[in-house]
Amino acid sequence: MSALSGNAAATPAVALRGVHATYTERGLRVEALHDVNLTVARGEFVSVIGPSGCGKSTMLNLIAGIDRPSAGEIAVDGRSAIGHTGLVAHMPQRDLLLPWRTTLQNAVLGPELRGEPDREARALAQLDRFGLEGFADAYPHMLSGGMRQRAAMLRTILLDRDTLLLDEPFGALDALTRGEMQEWLLGIWTELARTVLFVTHDVEEAIFLSDRVYVMSRRGTMKLEVAIDLPRPREREMTTSPSFVEAKRTLLRSLLAETQR
Amino acid sequence: MRGELMSTLRRHLRDFGPALLLIAGLLGLWEVVSRAVEMPDWLLPAPSDIGASFGEAAPLLGPHVAATVTAAAAGYALALVSAIVLAAAIDRWGLARRAIYPLLVTSQTIPTFALAPLLAIWFGFGLLPKVLVVALVCFFPIVVATVGGLRAADKEMLDLVRGMGASDRQLFVKVRLPAAVPSVISGMKIAATYSVIGAVIAEWTGASQGLGLYLLRASNSFQTDQVFAVIAVIALLSIALFGCVELVGRTVAPWTAAKEETAR
Ligand SMILES: Nc1ncnc2c1ncn2[C@@H]1O[C@H](COP(=O)(O)OP(=O)(O)OP(=O)(O)O)[C@@H](O)[C@H]1O
Ligand SMILES: [Mg+2]
Repeated sequence: MSALSGNAAATPAVALRGVHATYTERGLRVEALHDVNLTVARGEFVSVIGPSGCGKSTMLNLIAGIDRPSAGEIAVDGRSAIGHTGLVAHMPQRDLLLPWRTTLQNAVLGPELRGEPDREARALAQLDRFGLEGFADAYPHMLSGGMRQRAAMLRTILLDRDTLLLDEPFGALDALTRGEMQEWLLGIWTELARTVLFVTHDVEEAIFLSDRVYVMSRRGTMKLEVAIDLPRPREREMTTSPSFVEAKRTLLRSLLAETQR
Repeated sequence: MRGELMSTLRRHLRDFGPALLLIAGLLGLWEVVSRAVEMPDWLLPAPSDIGASFGEAAPLLGPHVAATVTAAAAGYALALVSAIVLAAAIDRWGLARRAIYPLLVTSQTIPTFALAPLLAIWFGFGLLPKVLVVALVCFFPIVVATVGGLRAADKEMLDLVRGMGASDRQLFVKVRLPAAVPSVISGMKIAATYSVIGAVIAEWTGASQGLGLYLLRASNSFQTDQVFAVIAVIALLSIALFGCVELVGRTVAPWTAAKEETAR
């Protein structure tokens, strides 16, 4: 427990120590996470990349308190988060917009559950920033994949939590929109001083956004941690800088070793 | 605007055209055969004869239709409210489910024809026993559909909303109940088609008014054309009620109507 406490400034926003997670499906035990260690400092932007099925979403579910680990410690802001929901804002891989609610009604779900006034006005003011202007009253099935993800992102931001867990939020976007959304997310992150734990398959995206990038192995362990040595604010031109290219080489090599295993 | 109207028309034609054509074809065949064979009217009247006798009887049918519709609608409403309340209780308390469900299923094995006279003995020949028969018939499909619907909510969706800090009550009101709406409406549609038949059966066993009574009198006096005319009225009423539920469903749950549209 001592590893998880300390003075306030040094307390990480998220800390995982020796975390294991298993699923039992029809008597078959699947170990999704094996001895995972990870920390995200306050205000830090950290990405996790890894092959499909390595346990990235499982890890976010554990931190969000939706599932419980079979072993290990998980702390959010220095306090155990095992089984505790509502400590972080979690954006799951599937957008999970409620089909019976319009874009606006979906976006305000968090504030609505807490009974906050003026929530609709707050959400409306953000709509065009999220590329959803004119779609406030549209049901999810009328939105494009990218719009659905942006609506889910708006819902996540409006939860007003210090820490955001984002599970492949830009997966359904074309390269161009994706680039815009990345810059937009960095803007939000700087402006609101949030902590972000970001899951992606895209190595360049991870490097461009993050302070540090973790690589997960197929067996559900953290096999590599790379600090990204690029100044802030990030610019597109940096993607050709030597330290970017070096980081990309290291990460790709590590990922490639996984797929060839 | 004009193009929209045309496309709506075309869609209706595509949706309902085949059924209408088939019905017209069958009626035509019936007409031709019954004329060719020269079937006596009391055995099987031709559709044109039924139409004519319907015309004659129409002014007399009014109060009977009103009585039947009243019983069907009141029984349906009673069934709807109590079925949803019971379904919520079954969903909430495992004990309620284990206690009530077997009873509910058993109750469905009791033939309505046996029940209707009993209710008439207990409650007389007024509106009440009819309403109760209709309610009993309509109750089951709505309960089963609602209980199923309440369990059908997406687990990840529930996790997400719970993770946002929702209480159990909020989870029920904001996720599970709306998620159940499409199944509740399916159950309501099935119940709607049962409701008129339920009322007719109840009237059959004893009534001073209603289509069931009219049917009984017509068949007792071998007015076969009248019997068929009433059967047609019963069918039309059932279809109309079904259509009403469909319409209500589209209004209450616009997202499901759109889903069906894209699924085609
Ligand atoms: N609810 C569940 N029941 C059983 N097994 C599960 C469940 N959820 C995930 N798993 C298993 O756990 C492992 C990790 O799954 P997870 O969804 O965390 O992977 P992921 O890294 O997010 O993959 P992707 O990049 O494809 O989203 C997989 O082998 C998966 O089959
Ligand atoms: Mg995943």
